[in-house]
Amino acid sequence: MRRIEIAGAWLLGALWVLPLAYAAWAAVHPPEYATRFALLAPWTAANFAQAWEAAPFPRYFLNTFLLVTLILVAQFLLCTPAAYAFARMRFRGRDTLFALVLLQLMIMPDVLLVANYRSLARIGLVDTILGIALPYLGSAFGIFLLRQAFRQVPQELDDAARLEGSGLLARIWRVYVPLAWPTYVAYGLVSVSYHWNNFLWPLVITNSVSTRPLTVGLAVFASTDQGIDWSIITAATLMTSAPLLVAFLIFQRQFVQSFMRAGIR
Amino acid sequence: MTALRREAVQAWLLVLPACVMLAGFTHIPAVATLIESLYTTPRGARPARFIGLDQYRALLDDPVFFQALGNNALYAAATIPASVVLALLMALAVDSRLPGRAALRLAYFTPTMLPMIAVANIWLFFYTPDYGLLDQLGGMVGLGRHNWLGDPTLALWSLIAVAVWKEAGFFMIFYLAALQAIPPHLREAAALEGAGRMTVLRRVVLPLLMPTTLFVVVNAVINAFRLVDHVVVMTRGGPDNSTTLLLYYIYETGFRFWDTGMAAALTTVLLLILSALAALQFGVLGRRVHYR
Amino acid sequence: MHRRTLLAAAGLLAAPSILRAQAAASIGFYYPVAVGGPIPAIIDGYCQQFRAETGIEVKPVYAGNYSETLTKAQTAIRAGQGPSLAVLLAAEMHSLQDADVLASLDQLGPVDRGWIEGFYPAFLANSGAAGKLWSVPFQRSTAIMYYNKQAFAEAGLDPDRFPRTWAELAEAAAALTKRDGAGRVTRWGVKLASDVGNAQWTFGALANQAGHRLMNEAGTETYFRDPKAVEAMEFWHGLAARHGATPAGSTAWSTLSPDFLEGNAAIVQHTTGNLANVRSKAGFPFGVAGLPGKAEPRTVVGGGNLYFFKHASAAEREASLRFARFLTEPARAADWSIRTGYIATRPEAYDTPALRDYVAQVPAAGVAKDFLPVATGELSTFENQRVYKLLGDNIQAALTGAKTPAQAMADTQSEADRILKPFRA
Repeated sequence: MRRIEIAGAWLLGALWVLPLAYAAWAAVHPPEYATRFALLAPWTAANFAQAWEAAPFPRYFLNTFLLVTLILVAQFLLCTPAAYAFARMRFRGRDTLFALVLLQLMIMPDVLLVANYRSLARIGLVDTILGIALPYLGSAFGIFLLRQAFRQVPQELDDAARLEGSGLLARIWRVYVPLAWPTYVAYGLVSVSYHWNNFLWPLVITNSVSTRPLTVGLAVFASTDQGIDWSIITAATLMTSAPLLVAFLIFQRQFVQSFMRAGIR
Repeated sequence: MTALRREAVQAWLLVLPACVMLAGFTHIPAVATLIESLYTTPRGARPARFIGLDQYRALLDDPVFFQALGNNALYAAATIPASVVLALLMALAVDSRLPGRAALRLAYFTPTMLPMIAVANIWLFFYTPDYGLLDQLGGMVGLGRHNWLGDPTLALWSLIAVAVWKEAGFFMIFYLAALQAIPPHLREAAALEGAGRMTVLRRVVLPLLMPTTLFVVVNAVINAFRLVDHVVVMTRGGPDNSTTLLLYYIYETGFRFWDTGMAAALTTVLLLILSALAALQFGVLGRRVHYR
Repeated sequence: MHRRTLLAAAGLLAAPSILRAQAAASIGFYYPVAVGGPIPAIIDGYCQQFRAETGIEVKPVYAGNYSETLTKAQTAIRAGQGPSLAVLLAAEMHSLQDADVLASLDQLGPVDRGWIEGFYPAFLANSGAAGKLWSVPFQRSTAIMYYNKQAFAEAGLDPDRFPRTWAELAEAAAALTKRDGAGRVTRWGVKLASDVGNAQWTFGALANQAGHRLMNEAGTETYFRDPKAVEAMEFWHGLAARHGATPAGSTAWSTLSPDFLEGNAAIVQHTTGNLANVRSKAGFPFGVAGLPGKAEPRTVVGGGNLYFFKHASAAEREASLRFARFLTEPARAADWSIRTGYIATRPEAYDTPALRDYVAQVPAAGVAKDFLPVATGELSTFENQRVYKLLGDNIQAALTGAKTPAQAMADTQSEADRILKPFRA
């Protein structure tokens, strides 16, 4: 029984890395081996060189990095005070407002791309990185998670800080943020992976190399009139995914532990 | 009284920035979409004109719309349970004392790191008939040729498989964290009382995982209606609309056909579906997991 | 502090749009090609030459395939940030005109009739409407057949004689289809693209082969219910159903090239623009031939024209026209054709020494041009993308057996009638 489970787990694991394994295979062998698997196939780095040269990947990297950072920082800055107010303060209309906020959990900006496009065109932010980010800055998900975390902070700590003369913002910053830090890490991972991978909205809102994130760059790169070339595409895929893969490899233990303590459960 | 009012003012100031952003890009555009769906699409010299519910009447006559609805229902009904159950099994596997579980955990998580847009091209190779990976492997055991993405009976299932592959590992991380947060003595106690592994799982572990399940299911539902990257790369809704999902149809109508009025009507339908699902989740499930 | 850095960051990130609005002496140019491959380098080179000659900077934006570029261009124009000119599908003329975004040629500056008359007439087929010209041919192609000569020899066919009729094609394709012991096909006789966005091009050629034109000049009427259109659909369907020479179901454009290079398809119908790519990668002798026809060879033109947009300033329009004339100079058109495989859009380019020598060396490069006299214009109507999708869906339904060819064509026509009704005055 146990052995079957182990075998099953490993089989599943093998299935799950298969696309990555294939990418690694196709990227380091000449194109004629992209669809054919021979033990003695010659090795080459030409695909990487070609992919690197064919598209401004460093620029796409920079765009994605700026985008993800901008969104993450702004989400933290916007969601933290809101989450605190919803968790710890009393004001009229709080519950209605919170329900309205929660609505965005399901109705994400992606669905409203036509209307959002028009808004951004009106304020002249089409084809800017800020424009890609703007619809996601207020995040119901972030507010929701942080509110859960803040509610678990003992009220006494808040009171003690207040007695010491700390103002509202200082208390949020010194008491709540440190204690909810695991939630920030967990939410950060969700946010980064979401926006690192996001495609449809950036596709719609960007027009030029100077704003395109990696995903859009990859899509433009892969669609040619001449047909698909797996060797180059896999090389580009590996190059562009490497940073996240390496980061997870290094930080995976911390990630899991943050999740554990974040109490997303 | 003044202290309370002061608190209320402070609270509003704290929630205001986030709420302005939320309203500006979710609530207001949602309402604008609703209004827009009552007008014709402005084209060139012809301005928009009020037509009431005509767009919705046109939708009722549109077989592609119903096909997209049906496809999306099937897509959701298949991807949500499959990815959640697989995520749970994966988490249980790497939570137990399995040989090489660190490697396994990484293996399960790789799809999360690879942008859908990139892996869709890789899956395109897996699904290529005759010399694609699946047909090569199938050929070894004597299976015939499959036109995975070109056969209307297979195409949607092929995309479902990609979506499950993409999501399960991501959800696993949340289950894993929840599993590791379960105090060991709870399970030990149950085991001491002579409960079998399955019983412990059913009676102790699963109930404790309920909040995680809610969280994961919410995300899975969202993705079932939000993620259409693989449709864009792999099938563009074909063959004969068998893989057209609602959001893809909206994108096509709004940005390829430039029929913004019709796209607004479609979006409104999608918003209604999502609101209904949200009500269902927080009403029914929410009560059972004691969120507050 | 935080807010100030955030605002500064916001300003920085918004900068590209601000800079673009101020830029003068330069024009934006959308180009439908993936970043990568040889074509962007060639276009970049032309832009640099143009700048050296005129001082005007042309800024190309490579925006993906034709339909993506079309989406991008329209999106950008709606946002008030559109390019001054773009290469878009020639067949999009009616739709673009309806969207009221185009400047006709006479709105750009004085037009030289001699220059216009120097283009191949087939390439101007999708340019005229309402008595005006709306685009200039540039990245033009026709559909041609690439065939594997080795496979031809193996199947006992003459590698130097490509089928000229439907009957011959079906027969050859059936002979080229190879099955292993278990009955699995290891090589298909012929493959034609039938996925969304490409099916209508394949079908345009087939309809012309049956001697049928699918739409009227004004782009307001389509003729899918015609027996000849049904016949074309039946022939396509029959290649799989009757002759077993092409796979059942839908076939994707993006895998046609790999299919051919892999030896999985002995014949593929593709664009002339793929010649350079196939030449560099094929590991076997291959031939290029014109498409067959029901009775004799017929084909369809394809590819992109240069469009000019009316939101551009007078100076930008004039610069765009200059650039268009620069691109279509005989020597440059010849260079373009040699380096890509696309057809030079003007006969005089074929009289330049460079192209004459090249065609003598690589006869395949002359094939597409020779078939221009039997080429028809691409399907082009108002609401073009919608009609394309409609036709594509129905072609797929016919190929997958969900509808009979006649039913598929009838459905296409009645839905097309509904879509085009508002445009019939």
